[in-house]
Order: sequence, then structure tokens, then C-alpha cells
Amino acid sequence: MVTGIERAEFVAIRLTAELAALSTVLLLIIGTPIAWWLARTRSRLKPISSALVAMPIVLPPSVLGFYLLLLMGPTGPVGQLTQALGLGRLPFTFAGLVVASVLYSMPFVVQPLQQAFEAIPERMLEAAATLRASPWDRFASVALPLARPGFVTASVLGFAHTVGEFGVVLMIGGNIPGETRVLSVAIYDHVEAGEFARAHQLAAGMVAFSLLVLVTLYVVNRPHKDGVETAR
Amino acid sequence: MIDARLRLQRCDFALDVALMLPQRGITALVGPSGCGKTTVLRALAGLERVSGRIVVGDEVWQDDATGRFVPTHQRPLGYVIQESALFPHLDVRGNLQYGRKRSDVASRHIALDAVIELLGIGHLQSRRPTTLSGGERQRVAIARALASDPRLLLMDEPLAALDATRKAEILPYLERLHRELALPIVYVTHAMDEAARLADHMVLMRDGKVEAAGGLVELMARIDMNWGRADDAGVVIDAEVAEHDPHHGLTCVGRDGAMLWMGEVAARTGERVRARVLARDVSVTRQRPGETSVLNVLPVVLESIQRERTSALLRLHVNDGRSTDGWRLLARITSKSLDALQLQPGDALHAQIKGVALM
Repeated sequence: MVTGIERAEFVAIRLTAELAALSTVLLLIIGTPIAWWLARTRSRLKPISSALVAMPIVLPPSVLGFYLLLLMGPTGPVGQLTQALGLGRLPFTFAGLVVASVLYSMPFVVQPLQQAFEAIPERMLEAAATLRASPWDRFASVALPLARPGFVTASVLGFAHTVGEFGVVLMIGGNIPGETRVLSVAIYDHVEAGEFARAHQLAAGMVAFSLLVLVTLYVVNRPHKDGVETAR
Repeated sequence: MIDARLRLQRCDFALDVALMLPQRGITALVGPSGCGKTTVLRALAGLERVSGRIVVGDEVWQDDATGRFVPTHQRPLGYVIQESALFPHLDVRGNLQYGRKRSDVASRHIALDAVIELLGIGHLQSRRPTTLSGGERQRVAIARALASDPRLLLMDEPLAALDATRKAEILPYLERLHRELALPIVYVTHAMDEAARLADHMVLMRDGKVEAAGGLVELMARIDMNWGRADDAGVVIDAEVAEHDPHHGLTCVGRDGAMLWMGEVAARTGERVRARVLARDVSVTRQRPGETSVLNVLPVVLESIQRERTSALLRLHVNDGRSTDGWRLLARITSKSLDALQLQPGDALHAQIKGVALM
């Protein structure tokens, strides 16, 4: 009999939340300049860059995980670099999971940001320039506030997508309690072990969480009367 | 002076202009769409990179010879476009403060309160741009540009997106701007009547080149210009109100001794008003007409004739017999009349003016 959520489950939930939060923060930091560049550039490299960012959407997670494992492994170039820097090896560590999550969830953050930036009319930024705002200033005082709905969407999707990942985690992280055993893996374990009740507990929690996230998203990003949307 | 030499070569468009614009009053940059007037304005603002040289007063904003290019945000200018680009995430006050905060406090010469008063937007301060009417938005956009304390105001068809009523709402504010601020304005428009109403100087552009430039009054009295739609030919007269005839609802305005009656004008005697007389509203007779319903009949001397296929444009010197200077009228007549009257330069004629419009 299962009476409530056990300690191992708490560890898995906390680990998942930490992984998703850290990945989301990193994704916003890395994804914002990429999205800005993609939204504004006329470079010939734009299609290939867009394609690379979007790859995780179409690739099976296990493929991504497999190559990451090779890259970050003891003989892979990234692995050799991290070892040379004294950081050790990334596979089967929390840090490795973070790296994999960031890559895996990248399109879910970059694409909404890119759409939000593209929706900002050029004349808004030009107006800011004629009002003495430098390029950085224009970005901070006009582009960021106008792209706010995009940031909300990007954060929520990035977080939720990291929570839900399974294939990459299994390839890169394995199943080490407290280190890499996240929720999706824990559920899989329970199912494998025939512990359907405990699997249910976590799975139902995930369903509720996902629903909550999406409802929040639609509420927050509903068109405002103050006209952020009409700027598009 | 604003001295700009601008060149641009694109596959379908070539721009090659040399402009010497006075650093006072409104200069209208007029021409059909696609003639390059907006590109000139954007180049002045540094929003578009064209080759050449731009000097405003004693500041060099661009000089390809020395590789100097001052980025837009370091040029003390104001820029107003057709669709006002008000920031939707800020209220009106926030929009006004945006440029104000970023402008040089030490060299401030325009007071924010004065700008708000000038454009009549005091009651809109806490409103969001989306809740404003088109005319209000444009007034806020102009105020925002002025609040940043520009040395040069660039306006790109600021009224083009507005209907006639909204236009009429904004025009008086632009006139006040002109009267009350010693700020040079470059005003791009394709509407000759807007230019005729507001500008002191005019630059006519066509196909990326300057066709003519100079004082508005002199330029509009030229007959060797391609005025686009022939209907646009007509002179502008800066005159003083001489007397009112409230009984008939008329006002008499005068300039250099010659008087014109026009529909009642809400201006005091002695005040300056600008009137426009279109060439198609002027006809000529050899003898002074005896009894005519036309109110304005002026003795004129025919200066020159520009003959076109079916019609001819006459340039007339309004001559009361005393002044040698005086002002000019244009008259459009049919080429048949031109032949029938056998008009020659130097002929003394009488001009009948059917309509005088207050600008």
C-alpha cells in the first residue's frame, strides 16, 4: 500500500523543478540574442540557423541524446574539453542534464521570442532611435516590453518542455536518484515495476501541472486593452 | 543652412540630390510618390544609409570623405511619420518623457509644458495611445518629437493617414508650431495644398532629383514647372487683412496696393493671412470688364506664356501702376483663347479672379 508521496518521489519532483528552472533561465539568456538576431537579420545564414534551432522539434529525443552522449563522453570533443578544464565528464550528472535540456528545449524558447520580436514594427525602433535611444537602450526600453507576451510564452514552454522530457534524460542522465532521476523517469520506473498506483500519482500530477501551466499562459497572454498586442 | 548632398543607386531607383535648406521656417519637400523625398528625409535622420554629406548648421552629421556618420540617436532631431509610432506600452506622459529623458539637459530650449500646451494634449496625459483618435495620436507624436528638444524637425507626410476632418484639426497646430518655435522643419508631402498652406520654402522632387527649389511664393508663381496634375498650378499670396465686410460676409486682403476680396476670414485687420489663387480660377480680358459678377478684377501685365497642348499657363504681374515689385498670378486659359486674343508678353490685361482660398 502506498500512503502518500514517498521521499524518493519528493527528491524526483525537486530535481525536476530545479532542472527546469535552471534550464529556463539559461534558455532565456541564450535564446534572447539568438531570437533577436533571427528576427532582425537579413543574413543568408538565417535559414540554416533557424533550421538548427528547430531540429529538436523533429528529431527523436534519443537521437539527440545519443549524439550528446558521444560529444560529452570521455572521447568526445566536448568531453575532452570539460575534462581538460577540470570539470569532469558531463554524462550521468545534473550538469549534463542541464546542457541537454537547454539544447532540447531551445526551439520552444527561441521561436516564441522570435515571433514576438518580429511582430515589433521597425518604425517603433526607429522612433526610439530618433528619440536619442542607443541600440541597447532601444532593445531594453522598447523591444523587451513589447515582446513581453513572447517572454511569458517562452518561459512557460521552456519550463514545461524540460519537465516533460524523457528520451534525452534517459540517454544522458540515466536514473541516478537525487542526481538525474527526474519525474518522467520515475514514472517510467514505477510502470516498469508494476507500481501503477504510484505511477498514477505522479502522472496525474503531471497532467494537472500541464493544464495549469497552459491555462496560466492563455490567461496571461490574452489580448490586453492597453494595446501591447495592437502594436503588431 | 542645412547642406545635404545625397546619392543612392539601387537597381530600380537612383537618388542624386544637392539640397541647401534654410535653417528657419518650414521647407516642404514635394513630389509624387517614389520620387525619393522620404529617402532624403530618412537619410537626414540617419535611418537610411546613402552616400554623401550632411551638414546641419555647424555640425557634420555625415561625411563620406572623412568616414564620419553620426548614428540617428546622436543627431538632435525630431522625426514624425505618417502612422504615429507611439509606444503602446507607455501612456502619453511616458511617450513624451521618453525622448525628453534622453535629451541633453544642458542645451534645453523647448519647455515641455509649452509643447503640451501648444499641441493641446494636456488632458490626454494618462491615456494609452490605443485609446486616442488618429488626430490625437499625431499631436502626441509631434509633441513627443518636440519634447526631445530637436534642432531640426523632420516630418514625413504627418497628415497623410488622416481624413479631411482630422487634417483640419492638426493643421492649426502645425501653424502654431511654425509661428511660435524657431525650429527648422523639413516637411515631406505629396499634397501641394498642404505645402502651400504651411511652407516658406519648397523643394520639388521628381525621379530622385531636385526639379526646383526656392521660396514657396516665388516657386508657385513659376509657369515652367511640371505641376503634375494641372489643377495644382496656382499662386500663394501672403497678404494683410485690410477690412471686413460683415454684411456680405467678405474680407478684403491686400498686398503691395492690390486688394482681393475673399470669403470672411477670422483674423483681425492688419493680421497676415495666406491665400491661394489657383490658375484655373483666373481668366483675362483685354478691356476692363464693365459690369461683372466677379469681385476681383486686377490690372496686370502679361509676363510670360507657357503653352501646352490644349491649354496655356499665363504668368501675370499684378501692377497697380506704382510698384515694380508686386506679386504674380497664374492664369490657365485654353489655347484657343490664347490664339483668339493674340496674347503677347508685355500686354496690359485685366485678371478676373473667381476664387481666393484662405490657406
